[in-house]
Amino acid sequence: MALLDIRNVSRRFGDLKALDDVSLSIEAGEFFTLVGPSGCGKTTLLRIIAGFDDPDGGDLLLDGQSLAGMPPEKRPVHTVFQSYALFPHLTVAQNVAFPLQMAGKSESEIRSRVKETLELVHLTDKARQFPHELSGGQRQRVALARSLINNPRLLLLDEPLAALDARLRVQIQGELIALQREVGITFVFVTHSQEEALALSHRIAVMNEGRIVQIGAPEQIYSSPKNRFVADFIGTINLLSVDVREATSDHLRLHAAGLGEITSVPASGVAAGQRGAFALRPEQVNVVAPGDFQELDNHFHGTVRDHLYLGDVTLYKIALDNGVVLEALLTNSLPGCVRFLERGDPVGVGWRREAGVFLHD
Amino acid sequence: MTAGRASRKRWLWAAALTVYAFLYVPLAVVVLFSFNDSLLNAEWVGFTTRWYVTLFDDEQMLRAAGNSLFIALSAASAATVLGTMAGLAMHRWRSGFQRVLPFLVLTPVAMPEILLGVSLLIFFRQVLDLTLGLTSILLAHITFSIGFVAIVVRTSLAMQDESLFEAARDLGASPWQTFRRVTLPLILPAVLAGFLMSFTLSIDDFVITVFVAGVGVTTLPLQIYSMIKVAVSPEVNAVSTLLMALTLTLIALAAKLAPDALKGRA
Repeated sequence: MALLDIRNVSRRFGDLKALDDVSLSIEAGEFFTLVGPSGCGKTTLLRIIAGFDDPDGGDLLLDGQSLAGMPPEKRPVHTVFQSYALFPHLTVAQNVAFPLQMAGKSESEIRSRVKETLELVHLTDKARQFPHELSGGQRQRVALARSLINNPRLLLLDEPLAALDARLRVQIQGELIALQREVGITFVFVTHSQEEALALSHRIAVMNEGRIVQIGAPEQIYSSPKNRFVADFIGTINLLSVDVREATSDHLRLHAAGLGEITSVPASGVAAGQRGAFALRPEQVNVVAPGDFQELDNHFHGTVRDHLYLGDVTLYKIALDNGVVLEALLTNSLPGCVRFLERGDPVGVGWRREAGVFLHD
Repeated sequence: MTAGRASRKRWLWAAALTVYAFLYVPLAVVVLFSFNDSLLNAEWVGFTTRWYVTLFDDEQMLRAAGNSLFIALSAASAATVLGTMAGLAMHRWRSGFQRVLPFLVLTPVAMPEILLGVSLLIFFRQVLDLTLGLTSILLAHITFSIGFVAIVVRTSLAMQDESLFEAARDLGASPWQTFRRVTLPLILPAVLAGFLMSFTLSIDDFVITVFVAGVGVTTLPLQIYSMIKVAVSPEVNAVSTLLMALTLTLIALAAKLAPDALKGRA
């Protein structure tokens, strides 16, 4: 049985469908991420799980028990807020002790648990300080400690890294993964950042316009996006308009107008005559000397339009003969092996038939 | 350019001084003459504190002061509790017909005092059939203070991060525990400021009190008024000075406790 079962949940705000018949199961021990652009409904869903908002239809089951009508304080679900929501009039230790006091635990138990939990997040020496005396990263850890101390069944995290600078964000991402593994509590993480979603999660639900578009492991979502929205939202991707010429159990033959044929691996549900897009990640595109296509199944001629040097990698924009611009990402790992291409250089681009997916409209 | 700015600055200073003189010279005169060793408020004779001594020997005056303090403390306490509740309700209910609520709570603040006095008198006599006295004064003072407390409390609530209250609930606090452990500590400065404002309004009130006091019970402002009907004695200057000092102290304290709330930011 799933830990949390969300069944056909809907929520309207006036004319806006914030959540449109959302169903989803979260397993115990998972690091589950809801990702999507702002306004996609992910925060509404989180607030409904926490009990701050009620669905207009559908039901939520935690350990098989319906949460309908249960106020937030009765739910074994705690939240880390985007603003952290640390009580400014209480010290770090008092903030962390709050859930245990509300649960009516004894003074001695509270003391030892607070000590343990502060050790877990490396804040023992800050116990007597007030939130305003802490740095952003430290506040974040207090919020985590406070939400974890009473062992919730589910920890909800509402864009908890949004307020941190880039360096700190990467560091805290690592700490979050380690912490989740250590405490074994199920995390439901909400973010608009696809990078965070890919880096942290066991499973991801991509949301758009109040619906779940795709659920899967990060590598599934990244390598096999279900449609244009997911392909475009998760990572950067090249989309070529194509129609299907031939679909067999051995291969797909696609035709891109003005470019030519593309061979791809077979996919279920694809039939000749369908129109759609061929989606290809920039790192799957090989850039070679013109004519030197080696064993690449698909290859075209092009001209370097632009390049963006990013240190570890360089992103090349390559204009193909039909005017389509393809992005190719090359690592700068072996200086000398990858020639630094200049604007206007004629090049060949190609990819193996296993690379890329067909997405029908 | 520089000369222009300098002259503008001089004008600004002059304007400010005029305004402050207009506000505070009459008060300063009262304070000054309360220490004047003469029965007449005409010319400075010499320094004395004997009017203050006379004051504390004047039994009528002491009784009135006692009444005023009792009424101010009780009215401010009751208004603080009710006003805080009103402020919370106004903060929480911000849609539909509930938007009328703040308007209704705040009306007594803007209502002409004489109107409030008359209507309270009619209400107490005709509707409640109350004997005018301490009780009626107390009820009247509570009535006009609630709105002020409610405004200050609502302003303070509006400035809090709403997720603090959600966090408390989320972490296992019942609505009452959330109020006791989180909301009240956060708005306490505003609640205290509301109390001090109510106290000040009550102890200074004249117009409404005249209508609802009836006979027999006198407050300090009523006592002062009855004394100046005869003549403005130095004793009146002395009691006014004390009252002024008390009021200013409380207002300063309230402003320090809830600086933003008193600026009337909503």
